[in-house]
Amino acid sequence: MTEAAPAHAEAHHEPGFVRKYLFSTDHKMIGKQFLTVSLFMLIIGGGLAMLVRWQLAWPGSVIPGMGWVPEPYMVQGTISPAFYNTAFTMHATIMIFFVVMPILVGCFGNFLIPLMIGARDMAFPVLNMLSFWVALLSGILMLAGFVVPGGHASGGWTSYAPLSAVPAYTGVDWGQNLWCISIIVLGISSLMGSINYITTIINMRAPGMTWFRMPLVIWSLFITAILLLLALPVLTAALGMLLMDRMAGTSFFIPKGGGQPLLWQHLFWFFGHPEVYIMILPAMGIASDLLATFSRKPIFGYKAMAYSMIGIAFLGWIVWGHHMFQSGMSPALGTSFMISTMVIGVPSAIKVFNWLGTLWGGSIRFTTAMLHALAFVSMFLIGGLSGIFMASTPVDIFIHDTYFIVAHIHYVLFGGSLFAIFGGITYWFPKMYGRMMNETLGKIHFFLTFIFFNGTFFPMHILGIGGHMRRIFNPEYYDFLKPLQPVNHFITVNALCLGATQFIFAFNYYYSLYKGKKAEQNPWKANTLEWVAATPPPHGNFDAIPTVFRGPYEYSSPLVTEDWLPQNRDLGPASGLAH
Amino acid sequence: MSQWLPEDISTYGPDVDRLFYLIYYITGFACIGVLLCMLYFLVKYRHREGRRAIYSHGNNTLEIIWTIVPALVFVMLGFMSRSVWAHIRQTLPETDIRVRVTGKQFNWVMQYPGLDGVLGTADDVKAENSLHVPTGKPVRVILSSEDVIHSFFLPNARLKQDAVPGRDIEVWFEATKPGKYDIPCAELCGFGHGNMLGYLTVHDPASFKAWAAEKKAFPVEGGGA
Repeated sequence: MTEAAPAHAEAHHEPGFVRKYLFSTDHKMIGKQFLTVSLFMLIIGGGLAMLVRWQLAWPGSVIPGMGWVPEPYMVQGTISPAFYNTAFTMHATIMIFFVVMPILVGCFGNFLIPLMIGARDMAFPVLNMLSFWVALLSGILMLAGFVVPGGHASGGWTSYAPLSAVPAYTGVDWGQNLWCISIIVLGISSLMGSINYITTIINMRAPGMTWFRMPLVIWSLFITAILLLLALPVLTAALGMLLMDRMAGTSFFIPKGGGQPLLWQHLFWFFGHPEVYIMILPAMGIASDLLATFSRKPIFGYKAMAYSMIGIAFLGWIVWGHHMFQSGMSPALGTSFMISTMVIGVPSAIKVFNWLGTLWGGSIRFTTAMLHALAFVSMFLIGGLSGIFMASTPVDIFIHDTYFIVAHIHYVLFGGSLFAIFGGITYWFPKMYGRMMNETLGKIHFFLTFIFFNGTFFPMHILGIGGHMRRIFNPEYYDFLKPLQPVNHFITVNALCLGATQFIFAFNYYYSLYKGKKAEQNPWKANTLEWVAATPPPHGNFDAIPTVFRGPYEYSSPLVTEDWLPQNRDLGPASGLAH
Repeated sequence: MSQWLPEDISTYGPDVDRLFYLIYYITGFACIGVLLCMLYFLVKYRHREGRRAIYSHGNNTLEIIWTIVPALVFVMLGFMSRSVWAHIRQTLPETDIRVRVTGKQFNWVMQYPGLDGVLGTADDVKAENSLHVPTGKPVRVILSSEDVIHSFFLPNARLKQDAVPGRDIEVWFEATKPGKYDIPCAELCGFGHGNMLGYLTVHDPASFKAWAAEKKAFPVEGGGA
């Protein structure tokens, strides 16, 4: 499996500053680069969410400290309807494409894959470096949209045509073009990354690292890479068509020229639904590893966990129509999409029950990373269950395009993905930087985030059930929504606190980077191969490529007196007994 | 709970609401069950010196049970939803009340048949943002759009359907209670999306007749075809 390894090792001499920190081909540095840029984007994406929340609670009122923002965006500190649309459009775009995806896939994928499968680097290190720089270019193009005349894209992150296809409908011209171009460029970066991940995982596993000895986080990243490889080109094609409609006079999506608006939705959601799993599968993998490590137990039903992820990936391709029940798609098609959507709930349920099974009989350590993993499971549970309301076509008639959907997606992507991201960063921080994150600050950040997260997003279910539409500028405009306005106030106060709480994380991150306690090689007593490497691992990762004797979750094994048994530890003849 | 959903004024609304509450109770039960179980495990199996975790790789019987049970629940919900959906969307009851509603940035344009009773003729009656219907009769709404996608939302009638440019989409509802209700747009349609608002006025049959006679809409006794 690793014939190429020795030749690889020779190439890994210590590089100079530029090669080490900027144009690095080391997968670990590329992972950290993705993390750094994404955390910066998180500030912008989160800030936009605060603006949206302010407007919904106190429509038209002056936002303190925002008087300096120039005219097209704000008028003396108040948000204009056009900028309000830009704010939620860009909040979602940035969070999805420039925060959650690049952290889960770009950062954790790059950092973990070679380390956890026992390889020295990715299969194509230079391509890997390019994937970061192309992603950064994409981010710059996206941010550039804020300063072009006409403002940034404002057609929602889904950019439904014809609203997004004809500049006159939104008044946005280059902002929407840049939005399209930026995501096309990002698609190129994702292709480079996913090809690299797939090749690396298939070809470069250490001796003994069979498919069913891979940690679940590697399984999840492998399946995610396949989804990325197949889903993003569909979006790229659709974006190309949208750009042509906007700039070259075609009418793929404009009825006046014979186009079909629903074509955009089909193409978008054919990408968009797998995209949801791209943003949750790696989080599931991270949570699985954390739960096993801190319960000191093998993961419950390892194979069921791997197969359910494969099942989710397959089913993920035939459920996109559930986003379109009220779109004018044939009602008969609605029924078949409802059935496939109900079916995809099954593997998700299997995963939740298996996580529960992992906790059962454990010896649970409540580290900050573990708390985040537990929050992931419980919040993903709520987000998954609220999805059933949408799967049921008649209930979706009412729920569709209301705040119930907003609650659902945030329970899955913030409560799910972002908690897993916080957990993952805390867990692997020592391996990344050689220092521990501060546990006290970490726990304060966790509990405040957990409280304010639920205070922000749980009441959104109530708004949605009351009929509160998404993306409206002023809820006070509607008679039937007036009784709900106190809920909007409550949500906004919690959202502002949730935003402020994140500064604790930022402080902890930078404080620990320089002042954190020096980390041991394996501070969590974990089994997987990344902890076999030095802390932080040098270029080339391992002194010698480890040999793998067993699965990644042999915690509390009766074969040894300690409660952990690393994958590479040779027990001699006895090792044949273990998994 | 019941006061959270807006008041229902349609004949099929109770079916939708029943399904909503059924899913609410099932998911609520599952959610609380799993969370309590998790909390119990967290307390019972917290780390204590000298106790070792149970070494177990899983249990196939449990695995099969918790695959089949959710699958059965989902299949059941699927079948129950299918019949309600078919009633609401796949069968359009015959009726003589037909109205064309066209979305445009940022208004709803209503078009009623004139005294000839036929939509799309010269004597059609047009109005902006005001839909008038009687109780006790199915109403067919023919939805279209002039520019972008809008979504015709009658929260009180449990009706929501996108209006797509280039297409005519027919939906129906039958109102049960007179009154005036909001018709917001539920699909982002541009900077005026949040100001796009019409009103549904539900009349009892007598006052509907009077309204139609005054507007010269719909064939009424003594006038038109």
